[in-house]
Amino acid sequence: MTLASATSRPAGHAPRRGGARRPPDHGAWFLVLPALIPILVLSVGPLLYGIALAFTDSQSGRTAPTRWIGGLNFQDLLHDTLFWDSFRIGLLWAVGVTVPQFLLALGLALLLHQELRFRWLARALAIVPWAMPEVVVGIIWRLVYNPDAGVLNETLHDLGLGDGRDWLSGLGTALPAVIVVGVWAGMPQTTVALLAGLQNTPRELHEAAAMDGAGAWRRFLTVTWPALRPVALAITALNLIWNFNSFALVYVLTNGGPGGRTRLPMLFAYEEAFRYGQFGYAAAMGCVMVAVISVILAIRLAVRLGGGEDT
Amino acid sequence: MRAGKGARAGQYIALLGYLVFLGFPFLWLISTAFKPARELAALHPGWIPRHPTLANFRQAFDEQPLLHAALNSLFAALGAAVIAVLIATPMAYVMARRRTPLARAATGWVVVSQAFPFVLVIIPLFLILKNLHLIDSRAGLVMVYVVWALPFALWMLVGHVRAVPAELEEAAAVDGAGRVRTLVSVTAPLLAPGIVATALFAFVSAWNEFFFALVLLKTPRKQTLPVVLTHFIGAEGVADLGPLAAASFLATLPSLVVFAVIQKRITGGVFAGAVKS
Repeated sequence: MTLASATSRPAGHAPRRGGARRPPDHGAWFLVLPALIPILVLSVGPLLYGIALAFTDSQSGRTAPTRWIGGLNFQDLLHDTLFWDSFRIGLLWAVGVTVPQFLLALGLALLLHQELRFRWLARALAIVPWAMPEVVVGIIWRLVYNPDAGVLNETLHDLGLGDGRDWLSGLGTALPAVIVVGVWAGMPQTTVALLAGLQNTPRELHEAAAMDGAGAWRRFLTVTWPALRPVALAITALNLIWNFNSFALVYVLTNGGPGGRTRLPMLFAYEEAFRYGQFGYAAAMGCVMVAVISVILAIRLAVRLGGGEDT
Repeated sequence: MRAGKGARAGQYIALLGYLVFLGFPFLWLISTAFKPARELAALHPGWIPRHPTLANFRQAFDEQPLLHAALNSLFAALGAAVIAVLIATPMAYVMARRRTPLARAATGWVVVSQAFPFVLVIIPLFLILKNLHLIDSRAGLVMVYVVWALPFALWMLVGHVRAVPAELEEAAAVDGAGRVRTLVSVTAPLLAPGIVATALFAFVSAWNEFFFALVLLKTPRKQTLPVVLTHFIGAEGVADLGPLAAASFLATLPSLVVFAVIQKRITGGVFAGAVKS
């Protein structure tokens, strides 16, 4: 009953009328502080600290004090061909996953929006990859790609398409194989986002267009897509960023191999930091990644302002 | 929706294609988990185990400290979910109801925090936690998970608060109810389902998380399930497939159950709100 007694205090105030202007409210600070302090100490602070570390020679297990070395890490990075290889692979992976993922998810969302039987089953299944730990997604696909007991080679054999191969170890097949997993793993979020967008499109417009004799493709272009565009752009920008930053999936599938063919920037930075102890250098890599992501965000913002949408 | 017979058939064929693509890896996991070692070693293992067995599960528990790992995961996920929701709800309330610079800055942080690569945060966090002697500690991991779950929790909760009409609160105020009383007896009950859904989502995120746990936890008995699962894969990438599949299947079950419960809220709430604002 402590709550009841707590309420007796504000009752002393004059009853407020609805919508009346309130005096500046310092009580709000007590509501905000419990979350604000951890955010500042464990998120904003470390982020700034991390950027600062990029300008130092910080290493793990070193006894000498950390020194400020200016842009030296970035100069080294400029000449680090391994890093730029991984960077290129990261971009290839991000685009290679995001584009097919979007197209497949769009198709699925349009299907699930129809009155089809077994739609519930597809909806339920479409959620499964989302609910699974990324590590398990990686493990499942290792089982699928397994050269001896994998279902992929098994199926190819049954179809008479040869004895298959070791997909994740082949220099040419590793990245495409990993990209397929990325598409599979990220499809639920994209589908669900697009489905939410579809449900916001006014049904009457559809019906009116159909009455006017517009075909399915025309209805999609004139009614569905314009309504879906803001959602589609938002989820695509997010997917590009999330995919560029991804780690666990590829760590489990190939750990960056074979020969660095799937070594995403995050895997590279992780190794640099926690295997070789090069904290400053790895932080510099993080900064370069942030710079690229900022470009993606800037493009997204420009599209938004240029299109005059209120997303 | 009018669609010709041919178009309908095409739609069902496409749906079937999606069902196979989305479903078969998971079915293969289950199939592998229940196959005896002899069938797994066979040249052409079939889809359905001929002699289903639980031996893989027993072997999985023998090989790795799975029970410990599950308890560690439970501790981290529950701790993160409860604390994150406790501190996020009041802040989300302020963010939803007031247009102060602070509320706007918080919204900006939510967006930005989705974008930065974790390596830029984990190195300083590693150094900070090391100085606090919280490396290799479950408490340290919970702290990290709380902050990691906050952006999305705030995002979801702001949407749920906005869905509670401010007029209801104002009406209660007119009736003479104080601020606290209004929050407790009017707002909280309407917000409760949203808070539960948010907590469950934070739980699943922490239960599934891998990167922070990999970096922060070194002692095998303190590690969480996703980290322990990777121990089944040997240094050469060679894995004992049966136990690996069995352990992975078990690790997925809690998230699947939670997702089944909150699925409607995720599909409806999160993205509609997230994309609109």
